[in-house]
Amino acid sequence: MAPNAIQVNGVRKSFKATQVLKGIDFEVRRGEIFALLGSNGAGKTTTINILSTLLKPDGGNASVCGYDVTRQPEKVRESISLTGQFAAVDGILTGRENLMLIANLRGVPNARKTADTLLSRFGLRDAANRRAASYSGGMTRRLDIAMSLVGTPSVIFLDEPTTGLDPEGRLEVWKTVKALADGGTTILLTTQYLDEAEQLADRIAILHGGKIIASGTLDELKKLFPPAKVEYIEKQPSLEDIFLAIVGQKEAK
Amino acid sequence: MKVLHDTVVLLGRSMRHILRSPDTIITVLITPIMIMLLFVYVLGGAIQTGDRNYVNYLLPGILLIAIASGIAYTALRLFNDVQQGLFSRFHSMPVSRSSVLWAHVLTSLVSNAISVVVIILIALIMGFRSSASVVEWLEVAGILVLFTLALTWLAVIAGLKAKSVEGASAFSYPLIFLPFISSAFVPTAKMPTVVRVFAENQPVTAIVNTVRSLLNSQPVGNQIWVALAWCVGITVVAFFFSMLAYRRIP
Repeated sequence: MAPNAIQVNGVRKSFKATQVLKGIDFEVRRGEIFALLGSNGAGKTTTINILSTLLKPDGGNASVCGYDVTRQPEKVRESISLTGQFAAVDGILTGRENLMLIANLRGVPNARKTADTLLSRFGLRDAANRRAASYSGGMTRRLDIAMSLVGTPSVIFLDEPTTGLDPEGRLEVWKTVKALADGGTTILLTTQYLDEAEQLADRIAILHGGKIIASGTLDELKKLFPPAKVEYIEKQPSLEDIFLAIVGQKEAK
Repeated sequence: MKVLHDTVVLLGRSMRHILRSPDTIITVLITPIMIMLLFVYVLGGAIQTGDRNYVNYLLPGILLIAIASGIAYTALRLFNDVQQGLFSRFHSMPVSRSSVLWAHVLTSLVSNAISVVVIILIALIMGFRSSASVVEWLEVAGILVLFTLALTWLAVIAGLKAKSVEGASAFSYPLIFLPFISSAFVPTAKMPTVVRVFAENQPVTAIVNTVRSLLNSQPVGNQIWVALAWCVGITVVAFFFSMLAYRRIP
């Protein structure tokens, strides 16, 4: 068994004249949540696409669960699942049919039972027979993630899982991701939201200009900065706090 | 076998798409049917084809128009799957890559076959009669399948390369128009020379003439070979460029 779930060494990738990844290195341990933090165009999606065998790197090497992504892509595909930047669900099929489709393609025995289990787990049982196109943003994302769990892959890639979601949808996804990691799944997620990385990740790597400029646990990253000065400030609630508090009260009634 | 299994599962998926959006079949059928009604009941009386039954003369061309408009949806379905990230999802799974594409190609063949059957049934109501034997019918079916396959691979290129929904379907307009400058509606003999030369040497004329001869139990001559050469030629070239385009899809 390979010690790390994901190992990336000196991976480079260019598109025409643009060098997107200029030799990146990082490793993700089994069972941890690892966040790849970076702004738009930093190369997060390219990294995920290379690790999920969709793109071939120009140089360097990468392995997932001990399998090389360029030499053993079949093996890699059997151990991973990709949830892309935009929810890849089939809008014309129902929620259940989407899950059963993936189950059938992965050769999971008893596709229907697998689908039903996931539907309950993701709170989609009532919507199971509705077309996915009629789902809200949060529900679509949950279905999308549920589809990635079919066949219980050991590594899951989540590419900007909360981009475009409302605050409640975001919290839902966070809860899901935490629950997954508690179940032992290794998760590599990309995000452009600092608080998301802070909330979820065991370890964080900052991708900037095609290079990993810093990586480690949140505490390690904090040490890179000058020691904190103690100041007393009044903590004003953020609009998000207010929104969630009001909406939460409404729902409690 | 994994490839076969995956293709069947994915074919089931896109066939469900067609069954759930009957509007796509209706849109595909409405234009050729309107053209058939227009030509048979309005313009047909003034057209001299040497064939007593104008529906018989017209049907092959109408079938080609139906197929040409049908494959626009093949391009559209491919475009949507690429845009919505479903291709990426399938490609990152232990699914055979060619199954993802072939499922769309087979869906195109099946849905176009449905359109063709519906139009033939309507033509029968309008007075179409054929003296073709079972073997001749099978030959007609074979040529129509090859024609659909050729246009489908063109649609694959369009679907994979398009930048917008409009682009994905607009490529089919010239194909839908092509039968009008062929022997599909009127004999080519009375066309001005330039038009006639074009009409007699473009694929639709050879295919229409072959299908028409087969349906009337007449000898097909060398037209069938010209028709087959066009279908196979377009398929080979379009398949090559489809594969190039497909390789670039993550």
